[in-house]
Amino acid sequence: MSAARAMRAAGPARRVLPPNGLPRLIPPDGPLPLADHIGRYGPAPFQAGDLITVVEQAGLTGRGGASFPAGRKMRTVAQAGRKAGPLRGSGGTIVVANGAESEPASGKDRLLLTRAPHLVLDGIALAAEAVGAARGYLTVDERQDELALHLAAAIGERERAGQNWVPVQILGVPARYVASQETAVISQLNGGAAKPAFVPPRPFEKGAHGRPTLVQNVETLAHIALIARFGADWFRDLGPAPAGVPGPGAGPAAGSALITVSGAVNRPGVYEIALGMPVGELISWAGGPSERPQAFLAGGYFGGWLPYDQALDVPVSDPALRAAGAALGSGVLVLLPESACGLAETAWIAGFLATQSAGQCGPCVNGLPALAGMLEQLAFGRADRQALGWAQRLVTLVTRRGACHLPDGAAAFVASALATFADEIRQHAAAGPCSRVRRRPVLPAPGYVWGQWK
Amino acid sequence: MSRSLRVNPIACEAHGMCVELLPELITADPWGYPIIAPGPVPGHLLPLARRAVAACPTLALLLDQNE
Repeated sequence: MSAARAMRAAGPARRVLPPNGLPRLIPPDGPLPLADHIGRYGPAPFQAGDLITVVEQAGLTGRGGASFPAGRKMRTVAQAGRKAGPLRGSGGTIVVANGAESEPASGKDRLLLTRAPHLVLDGIALAAEAVGAARGYLTVDERQDELALHLAAAIGERERAGQNWVPVQILGVPARYVASQETAVISQLNGGAAKPAFVPPRPFEKGAHGRPTLVQNVETLAHIALIARFGADWFRDLGPAPAGVPGPGAGPAAGSALITVSGAVNRPGVYEIALGMPVGELISWAGGPSERPQAFLAGGYFGGWLPYDQALDVPVSDPALRAAGAALGSGVLVLLPESACGLAETAWIAGFLATQSAGQCGPCVNGLPALAGMLEQLAFGRADRQALGWAQRLVTLVTRRGACHLPDGAAAFVASALATFADEIRQHAAAGPCSRVRRRPVLPAPGYVWGQWK
Repeated sequence: MSRSLRVNPIACEAHGMCVELLPELITADPWGYPIIAPGPVPGHLLPLARRAVAACPTLALLLDQNE
């Protein structure tokens, strides 16, 4: 970046140094007013080179759930924008910052938007410049009025300071699991219902207002705001080195990430970690187990269950968690205590996910309630071989059968439960439901009541 | 250049025409929605695949050109 510009903005007495170690994204004393934000990080470095290449070199992956390479997505949108050309005078592409955070066990996007709004807004402006976008949208959960007002105030601050490089409009998204899915946000922006759409066309080809659209999670954009300032090497300075590659982190597990830790830990909350930190160490950061643990849920309801003792050494990164049978997802880790029944928890969430269907695709509309019913039978009724066989068959039947990934996520979540809680299924089959099934569920399912899927 | 069948799951209403017309590649799930055999459509089935696509009442069955 231009050091001269940073000096001017921050005053001659201060030099902007890259944040050393952690946290990178969330200032402990935030939210910072715009002037202090610029003082700490320096101004957003526009035209400081080819940002897309730098993001690619950094190895940043999307933090919204899919862990897709962020630089590649930006390049695709930029190319599609050049190909599309100006249309009826409203040229350019569009950037959508996704902060709706519909994953119930996740709290990191709300925390980031609350404590570091200008980092996200910098990220929107920088990404917009890189992909040729003339406008941006920032989505938040429509129930979070206070957060929307807080963000509107931050945008107002930038306008008054003449630093609002790209007009950003705040969009309230319905509180439904699939409403913050990429194509659902696009559909809402285009005046339709907030429901997933059939692809292609994908958002990068034809998104909001028919323009090529870059949809990135707000944390991804905040990372971009820092990578633009401090470079790819600085970003990769945290995170593990992949096998056979000397030096600090590279590839898909580079950098830091915000992880929401909850369940049976002493200090639940959002932790920014260097990707690759072992699960066990993160649990220690969160104060250690608050009662005897039995399993983890990693990646949220599109992720998977892992047995406690086998997962402690697993690095928190998407490749490592996938190899273990879960995923990084949107950075969710829930510790399940032994006092809870893993089958009942899974039945609870399978039912919740069935109620979250947008109701568009037959295999999802029919398959998710059938799956929920079979899980309730395994947890509360006869956990016989036939029920287990049906649950496994339904997992296969719904996978990749919808327009969005809700059925795939529900199926993977249930499949991981059938593997992780295999002993419980045998015990339920032999002796009937355990006493722990009556416990209030540990996993959050906002607005859901037992059996609502019926 | 090969071709593959694909269903638009939002448009599909389980009329079952494709299952009737192309059982070689399309079967019904327990609710009547089509399950397509993975992979490209074999050359000798292409005419039948085209007929199934044309017969779908909701235009939900697609014959894609693979790149």
